[in-house]
Amino acid sequence: MFVYADNAATTAMSPVAIQTMERALESMYGNPSSLHQKGREANLAMIDARRAMAERLGAEERELYFTGCGTEADNWAIRSAARLGAEKGKRHLITTAIEHHAVLHTMAALEREGYEVTYLPVSPEGLVTAEQVAAAIREDTCLVSVMYANNEIGTIMPIPAIGKVCRERGVLFHTDAVQAAAHLPINVVEQDIDMLSLSGHKFHGPKGTGALYCRKGIRLAPFIEGGAQERGKRAGTEALPAILAMSAAFCEACDHMEENMARVTALRDKLIEGLRTIPKCRLNGHPTQRLPGNVSFCFEGIEGESLLLRLDMAGICASSGSACTSGSLDPSHVLLALGLPHEIAHGSLRLSLCEYNTEEEVDYMLQQVPQVVATLREMSPVWYKMTH
Amino acid sequence: MAMEYSEKVMEHFAHPHNVGVIEDADAVGEVGNAKCGDIMRMYLKIENDVIVDVKFQTFGCASAIATSSIATDMIKGKPVSEALALTNQAVVEALDGLPAVKVHCSVLAEQAVKAALADYYRKQGREVDFCDCDTCEGGCCGHE
Repeated sequence: MFVYADNAATTAMSPVAIQTMERALESMYGNPSSLHQKGREANLAMIDARRAMAERLGAEERELYFTGCGTEADNWAIRSAARLGAEKGKRHLITTAIEHHAVLHTMAALEREGYEVTYLPVSPEGLVTAEQVAAAIREDTCLVSVMYANNEIGTIMPIPAIGKVCRERGVLFHTDAVQAAAHLPINVVEQDIDMLSLSGHKFHGPKGTGALYCRKGIRLAPFIEGGAQERGKRAGTEALPAILAMSAAFCEACDHMEENMARVTALRDKLIEGLRTIPKCRLNGHPTQRLPGNVSFCFEGIEGESLLLRLDMAGICASSGSACTSGSLDPSHVLLALGLPHEIAHGSLRLSLCEYNTEEEVDYMLQQVPQVVATLREMSPVWYKMTH
Repeated sequence: MAMEYSEKVMEHFAHPHNVGVIEDADAVGEVGNAKCGDIMRMYLKIENDVIVDVKFQTFGCASAIATSSIATDMIKGKPVSEALALTNQAVVEALDGLPAVKVHCSVLAEQAVKAALADYYRKQGREVDFCDCDTCEGGCCGHE
């Protein structure tokens, strides 16, 4: 059996997205900036695609900027806010310890440029509170950036409450919604979100697509110079087939959100309940306030890369936050921020589901994962000492 | 940034040789630590200075398990003097290479063998005239 359970890394494209992209590749070759009929045709398609996505976020068409990926959207939003802040002498930013590197590395770059960054610690379930944000805001704070939901442990942050605090205090609020967009209900107006990043390939759209929502009135700094595309802020001919496919995938996922959430959450909970019966394991992240598809565990006495590769041999595609899978000496910064000791964080496993997964696949994983964990524990000196 | 392991590494990872514990071992060596994510423990049965049996336990990634497995193969049935000459390069070559970031696993395998042999020497009342790696300062598990 083959099971793809790494949907937080990337997803398979939906049939609708593939069809949309194929059609555009075949016939929609005009440049949206051209004045002739092929150009106008392309431009109209792009306007529709942008409007459709913006509507589903509660935004206006002109507030949505297409980018090449979620990482770019994060970089762009944070850099813009920092620049606006600096103009007013505000050089302090607030974020959390468990953000994606797209945010953390941008923050680190700003620190090297003389900005000051506060990294809010998280609870053992991976939460920050609006109170923590409120307490960290200073006179010179120019941006709060808190992810909508965490990619590794699935915890969903209290975004509306944080948005409200930021709005009241007059501080810009950005959220990296790469894991949440098209999976959770988002309304940028109701949730007081000033800027939001998303990525197309996390919701069955193509790789190489992303978008940044930026509330009207916030001056976005030009990111790429050289043309009038994206309101003159990000020059370069638009990747129209990919943009249209992202929009199609986004609309499809948003329009079936309720049923997808119910289905995927049920699969998730079955998987969590089953894996919980493995001795000496720990569910990472919040038990209920978590992404519908996220299952994250640590198994004591074993190491994540071995677990991952043994599961791969059994046909299961998963992910781990162990040092050996991150390419560094330390396990994932997210797991460490939860307060987990290194030796436990090394034994992490993430299975991320989507609406394409089936109950049979969950049953197969429930059969395979405990076996692989047991096999690796049998050869582990750490487990031997724990049990002898 | 997926890593490419050789077929030999995957073969030893999937079906490691000499896994387990020797209850009445003549010598035991352990290197690495859980914080770094690799621990190797090696058990030796030695008769007349010949390693007649060897078993290992490893907590670690695929290459840590594969290097342990092949290192035990390489010293089994060998005189102690030959086992002492085992180098991490020989382990890497026997596995048809390791990704650069995983070479430390072969160092750990060499160290595990030496640590077990040092234990044997001490029990025999012999002077340990080689690096037993107990006192090595290799940073986190000897990463280079």
